[in-house]
Amino acid sequence: MTAEHELLRIRDLSVSFPLLGGRVNAVRNADLRILPGKVTALVGESGSGKSVIGRTILGIQSPAATVSGQILFADRADQPPCDLLALPRDGRQIRSIRGNRIGMIFQEPMTSFSPVHTIGNQIDEALRIHKVMSPAERRERSEAMLAMSGFADPRKVFDMYPFELSGGMRQRAMIAMALVCEPSLLIADEPTTALDVTVQAQILQLLRDLQERLGMAVLLVTHDLGVVANTADEVVVLYQGQVLESGSTDDIFRRPEHPYLRGLMGAVPHFDMAPGERLKPLREIATDSAGLLGRSAPAAAPAGDNVLLRVRGLSKSFVIRKSAGFFGGARAAHRAVDDVSFDIRRGESLGLVGESGSGKTTVGKIVVRAVTPDKGQIVMQRPEGPLDVLAARGADLTMLRQKVQMVFQDPVSSLSPHMTVRNILTEPLEIHLRGSAADRQAMAGRLIRAIGLSEDDLNRYPHSFSGGQRQRIGIARALALGPELLVCDEATSALDVSVQAQVLNLLKDLQKDLGLTYLFISHNLAVVNYMCDRVAVMQGGRIVEIAPREVLMRAPVHPYTRALLAAVPYPDLDRPLDFACIGQSGTTTWGPAFTGDAGLTAIDLGNGHQVLANRNADISELRA
Amino acid sequence: MIRYILWRVLVMIPTLLLISALVFTIMELPPGDFFESQIAEMRAMGENADMAEIEALRARYGFDKPLVERYFHWVGGMLVGDFGYSFEYQLPVTDVVGDRLWLTMMVSFVTIIVTWIIAFPIGIYSATHPYSWGDYGLTFVGLIGLAIPNFMLALVLMYFANIWFGTSIGHLMGREYLGQPMSWDKVKSILEHLWIPVLIIGTAGTAGMVRRLRANLMDEMEKQYVVTARAKGLAPGKLLRKYPLRLALNFFISDIGSILPAIISGAEITAIVLSLETTGPLLIRALQSQDMYLAGSFLMFLAFLTVIGVLISDIALAMLDPRIRLAGGRTK
Repeated sequence: MTAEHELLRIRDLSVSFPLLGGRVNAVRNADLRILPGKVTALVGESGSGKSVIGRTILGIQSPAATVSGQILFADRADQPPCDLLALPRDGRQIRSIRGNRIGMIFQEPMTSFSPVHTIGNQIDEALRIHKVMSPAERRERSEAMLAMSGFADPRKVFDMYPFELSGGMRQRAMIAMALVCEPSLLIADEPTTALDVTVQAQILQLLRDLQERLGMAVLLVTHDLGVVANTADEVVVLYQGQVLESGSTDDIFRRPEHPYLRGLMGAVPHFDMAPGERLKPLREIATDSAGLLGRSAPAAAPAGDNVLLRVRGLSKSFVIRKSAGFFGGARAAHRAVDDVSFDIRRGESLGLVGESGSGKTTVGKIVVRAVTPDKGQIVMQRPEGPLDVLAARGADLTMLRQKVQMVFQDPVSSLSPHMTVRNILTEPLEIHLRGSAADRQAMAGRLIRAIGLSEDDLNRYPHSFSGGQRQRIGIARALALGPELLVCDEATSALDVSVQAQVLNLLKDLQKDLGLTYLFISHNLAVVNYMCDRVAVMQGGRIVEIAPREVLMRAPVHPYTRALLAAVPYPDLDRPLDFACIGQSGTTTWGPAFTGDAGLTAIDLGNGHQVLANRNADISELRA
Repeated sequence: MIRYILWRVLVMIPTLLLISALVFTIMELPPGDFFESQIAEMRAMGENADMAEIEALRARYGFDKPLVERYFHWVGGMLVGDFGYSFEYQLPVTDVVGDRLWLTMMVSFVTIIVTWIIAFPIGIYSATHPYSWGDYGLTFVGLIGLAIPNFMLALVLMYFANIWFGTSIGHLMGREYLGQPMSWDKVKSILEHLWIPVLIIGTAGTAGMVRRLRANLMDEMEKQYVVTARAKGLAPGKLLRKYPLRLALNFFISDIGSILPAIISGAEITAIVLSLETTGPLLIRALQSQDMYLAGSFLMFLAFLTVIGVLISDIALAMLDPRIRLAGGRTK
C-alpha cells in the first residue's frame, strides 16, 4: 500500500474497439495515478490512446469499446476507493460523479457547446443536475465561476450564445462549465490545441490559477511537450496504447529513459537549434529527388536584387454583416489584408506568421491568384522580364499557374478521395498538356520516390495513407509541374510532431535540391524558425515586423512580436512561460510608438529589418 | 424579429403575383377553352351544339377580351373573394369548392398530426437503437409504406374491408349524409370514416419522416456537444430530449413548408379511388375539362399554402435557432 493518497488509480486498463475483421487495442494494460491537487500530463501522439483513457475514466467512451481493468477513484482520503469501471454504464452512481466530482473539457471549443442553448443554460445545467440550489443561487454561482474564468462581464456572457464568443472565450466558458461544481479532478483533453499561441498561454495560465485556487487535480491530455513542461507535475508517456514512462516532470524532461521519448524531444523544432541542425524524426524517410533534379533547376537569376516576387500595397476587404439585431444590420467591411508589402527572394524561404484572423492565409491565396485583392501589385521577376501576377491572362496565367503552387493545411480534404495517387499526381500534367502519357507516368514515379513512397503506392487511394503520407502526396502534387514558388499554408499544423519533423525535413531537402522558393505560412513560430530565412509577422491584416530570422527571434522590436514569442511554451523546464507578461497582447498595451492609425508606416531599422511604427518615432525609442 | 416578419410577409406579395401570372399562362397554354372542349364533347356524343348560345356565353365571361385584361380581371376578383365561375358545374367557384375545402383541410391536418405522432417515437427509437432488430423491422415496414403507392393501398384496404367487414369504406361520411347540411350525426359519421384515408395518405409521409428523423438524430448524437453533456452527468433520456432532438427539429420545421401542399395535392388519386369529398378529384376533373377558373383557383390555393408554409417554417426556425436569429447572413 502506498502511504500517499491517490485520487485516481488506473490499474491494468485495456480498451479495444471492434474494427472490420478484428479489434484495435487502443489502450493496453495501462497503469497510472493521479495525485490530488497535482497536474498529471498524459502525453502521446495521435492514436496513442490518450483521449480514450480520459473518456474511459468518465465512462463516456464509445459504446462499442470493450474495457477491462480498474479505475479506482478515491474522492476523499478517508473513504475506500470506488471502481468506476464496475459501476453500471450511464447509471445513477457514475452520473453523480460526472460533472460533479470529475469535470472534463475538450479540444474543440467550437463544437463542444450546443449552438442553440445559451452559455448560462449549459453551465447552470451541471448545478441543476448535481446540487440542490435555487435558480437565483445557481445563476450567482455560474456567474461567479465565469468571472473566475476571466470574463469581465459574466452577467452578459451568461445570456449569450456560444457562437457569439471567440474560440478562446468559448474555452474559458467551457472551463467554467466543467468547474462549476468544484470537482476534485479535471480531465482536460487537448484544451489548447485548437487555440492561437497567445490564447493558449492565457488558457494555460487560467487552468493553473484555478487548479491552485480550487485545489483540484488535473489530468492534462496533450501532444504538446511545451505545454507539459510548463504546467505538469507528473508526466505519463503513452505510445500505441502502452505506458512507456511515467514520473515527475523533472525526471521525464531531464532524464528521459525510453528511446521513444528521447526521439519525440528531438523531433520538436525549438529556438535553440544550431544553424543547419536537422530535426530527427522518429522514423526517417528515405527520399530520392534525383529524378526531379535539373528539370526545374532555378532559372538564371536576373542581375540585381534577385527578388522573385515583389508584393506591394496589397489590400483586401471582405464585406460582413454586423449582427446588430435581427437580420437588419449595417454591412461592414472587414479588412483582412491591409497594405501588405514584402519581397520574396529567389531560393529563400519567407515565413508569414500570425494568429488566426491575421490575414496570412488571404495573402497566400492572393499570391496564387485564388483571391483577387482590392488594391496592390504583385510582380514576378522572370528571365523574360517582369510579370504582373494580378493582371496575367491567357498564356501568362497558364505559365503562372505552373510556376506557383500551393500546399494545403488539411491533408485529408485536399486530396480527392476517389482518385488514386497516380491520378492525383498526373492530373496537373494532363491539364497543362505535359509530355505523353508514358512521360506522365514516369513523372508520377519520380515524384512519389522524391517524397519517400514507393511506386506501388501509386495505385492506392488517399484514405489508405496516414496524415503525414497524405501531406507528402500533397507536396508531390504541388511539385509535379516544376514550380518555382511553393506557398505552404500551415502545411504541418495538422500533423503530429514526429510526422511534422519528417515533412519539414522533406520540404527543406526539396528546397535545397530543386532550388525552390517558399512562402511558408504558419502560426507556429518554432516551425517558422526552423524553416525560414526571413520572417514577416502579421497582425490585424498588416505586417507589423519583417526581419531576417535570427534578428526577429533574438531581438524583436514590435510589442506584438514580443508577445507572440513570449507565449510559446518551450519543452524545457529551464525556460518556463512568463505568465506575468501574458494577456497583454492587445493593442492597448503597445507603446505610443506603435499605435495611432494614421501615421503608421514601415520603419527601416537596417539590415532588412522593418517594423510598423509611428512615422516620427525614433529608432532608439523603438528598440527600448 | 417583427421587422423580419413584416419583411417576409411583404416578400410574399410579389411571389404570389408571379405565381398567379404563371398559373394563368399555363391555363391559357392549351389550345381552345372550356367551350371548345364542351362542343367537342357534345359532338362526340352526337348532339348538336348551339353555336349562338356558346358565343353569347363567351362574350359574357369575357373570353373575347385580350389576355392581359382577363388576367387582371381574374387576379382582381381573387382579391375580393371572387374566384370566378365554374362552367362545368354552372356555379361560382366558391360554391363548388365550399365544404370540400374544409373537409380537405381537416383530412390534411389530421394526417399531418397522425404522421407526427407515429413518426416521432419510431424515429427516436430507431436512432437510439440503430442496427438492432427493432430498427431493422421498423425500417422494413417503413420502406414498404414508402414503396407502395397510396391508391394501391387504398384499393387493397377497400377490398379487405369489403371481405372482412362487409362494408364499403369509400367516402368521407355515410352515404345518407352526402349533400346534407352539417349536423352532429354527420360529424360523427365523418370521424368514423376519417381514419382510413388518414392512414392511407399518411403512410408514405410517416415512413419518409421516420427515415429523416433517424438520420438527423443519429448525426446529431455523434456531435461533440453531446459528449460534453454526458460528461456533465446528464441522464441519457433527458440529454436526448434537450440536445440532439432539439437540433434535429430544425429539419422537421423546415419541412412544414413542403408538407402542406404535398398532402393536399398528393392525395388526389387516393381521393378518387376512395371517392372522398375532398378537393383532389375536383382539381383533376377541372384540369381535364379546361374549367379554367376552377383549376386556376386550385393552383393558386396550393401556391398560397406553400408560401404560407414556408413563411411559418422560416419564422419558427428563426425563433428556435439563435444562430439564424442572431448571426443570419453573416459570412465567415
